[in-house]
Amino acid sequence: MGNVTGSAAIKIRALQKTFSNGWGKRSVIIKNLNLDIMDNEIFGYLGANGAGKTTTFKLMLGLIFPDKGDVFFWEKPAADYKNRSFIGYLPENPYFYSYLTAEESLDFYASLFDMNTTVKKQRVAEMLHLVGLNHAKDLQLRKFSRGMLQRIGIAQAMINDPKLLILDEPMSGLDPMGRKDMRDIILNCRDQGKTVIFSSHIISDVELICDRASILSKGELKQVVEMDDRQNTEDSIWEIICQGNALDISTIKEYGKIKHLVTGNRNIFSTTDKGLANRMMDEIKNQGLDLISFGSRRKNIEDIYIKSVNVEGKNHG
Amino acid sequence: MGKIMAIALNTFRESIRDRIFYSLLFFAVVLILFSMVLSNLTIGDPLKIIKDFGLGSISIVGTLIAIFVGIGMVYKEMEKRTIFVILSKPLARWQFLIGKYFGLSLTILVEVAVMSILLFVLCFLYVPQVPWNLLYAIIPIFFEIVLILAVAFLFSTFSTSFLSGMFTLSIFIIGHFTRDLKSIAQTTQDAVFQAFSNVLYYVLPNLEYLNYKTRVVHHLGITIFEVMLSLVYAIFYTTVVLLIAIFIFQRRDIN
Repeated sequence: MGNVTGSAAIKIRALQKTFSNGWGKRSVIIKNLNLDIMDNEIFGYLGANGAGKTTTFKLMLGLIFPDKGDVFFWEKPAADYKNRSFIGYLPENPYFYSYLTAEESLDFYASLFDMNTTVKKQRVAEMLHLVGLNHAKDLQLRKFSRGMLQRIGIAQAMINDPKLLILDEPMSGLDPMGRKDMRDIILNCRDQGKTVIFSSHIISDVELICDRASILSKGELKQVVEMDDRQNTEDSIWEIICQGNALDISTIKEYGKIKHLVTGNRNIFSTTDKGLANRMMDEIKNQGLDLISFGSRRKNIEDIYIKSVNVEGKNHG
Repeated sequence: MGKIMAIALNTFRESIRDRIFYSLLFFAVVLILFSMVLSNLTIGDPLKIIKDFGLGSISIVGTLIAIFVGIGMVYKEMEKRTIFVILSKPLARWQFLIGKYFGLSLTILVEVAVMSILLFVLCFLYVPQVPWNLLYAIIPIFFEIVLILAVAFLFSTFSTSFLSGMFTLSIFIIGHFTRDLKSIAQTTQDAVFQAFSNVLYYVLPNLEYLNYKTRVVHHLGITIFEVMLSLVYAIFYTTVVLLIAIFIFQRRDIN
């Protein structure tokens, strides 16, 4: 399949897409997008609703055509439908032929690849097992719940054992158990050497499993964040949770640098200053309050996201 | 070819499980049975009335099915968003379109076959001999229906379900009157109307070429050569319409 380790699994160059909104006016949906998704990484594609995430995926898959620019999968043009043989795609809120059973659907999607009957049968069984739908394989899809359809969606996306998975909002419509299963499936894919790009507007999903993430706002790429880098930044946040009587904070001069939250008889303090956090700890001990937890957490991608989208908002505002 | 077959078989399977298929089939059965009642109420040869009415029912119900399923080709797939998953597979768009076309043609073939068998049985009950000559009318009817199906496909590649349905129905109706239209135009002095009817005559399908119903019912002479010529016309017209549909479908955004 021509897998070159270290090369870009997806290369997007100067991609642009506008849509007509009638009367000769066109609105820009994707604006000069350049992005490399590396081989064997999990990449989070973040953005608000309407930022252009789904449009980017549709451009990659040739469902819609760009005004300008190119997309390559391992240096092969994405526009050629034959190069989709090593790709799996899960659309947002996937829909399937409702009068087919789960097994028939997967068998049908498998038959769109060059697979012999034995391999096909085996893959269908494996996928039903992977997504935990073995018990419902003879049920017509019109009787499926949203979460079950999402599971069929991931099963059909992986039916050809793809090298690259493009998942549009894979966690939407899933219950907490389903979300965990989906995360496990995605992480497993990386272990098997696959590349995964998935879109989401839920930041914690991205934070939990991605190697890198990008932030898209109004069709423009704002930032690409390396998840590992966040630990090395200066602005880790220290958080103290304690319980007991009201805390006298008059002794701490730099109180202004601390965020203080009270819920019931609990106090939650957070600051980016480690020395200050230590002094707070002493004070809590002196005043005889119960310490519940003390620790640092990495800078949240939410902070990065809000910052970059806010900059955008100010520029436009 | 394997992929086209896969799409075709899947389309066939999906459509024969759809309720609309059965409701139209039921409608057809009722219509054909109604011809028995009609034959008792009308003066004339009851067998001829049954044949006439039966063949008409096959044609009308088959065309309705073609329009119903044909217009859903692209628009319903897009509305229901089933198309995104299919076209993200290593499948050319023309393969998808042709596969769907074959699948739906197969559905229509089954429908026409069921109705024809029913009509044969009914005729056999009146005169105990198999009315094989009905096939001279039924086979062209089938080709007419799949031609209409191609027209419905063409409209659905760029228009909404409702408009496609309206357009296709209009073409079906006008298609049976182009010859009349042309002869009416000939009798007037209006050059614009003449040019207009000429354009309609040459561009729209002349569905009367495929109408052997009356001649079959009244045992008027029909040669195989004549029927074959009609079928070649239908195949040629259908192919051209499908090529235009592919041309449009290859270039459009699937939103």
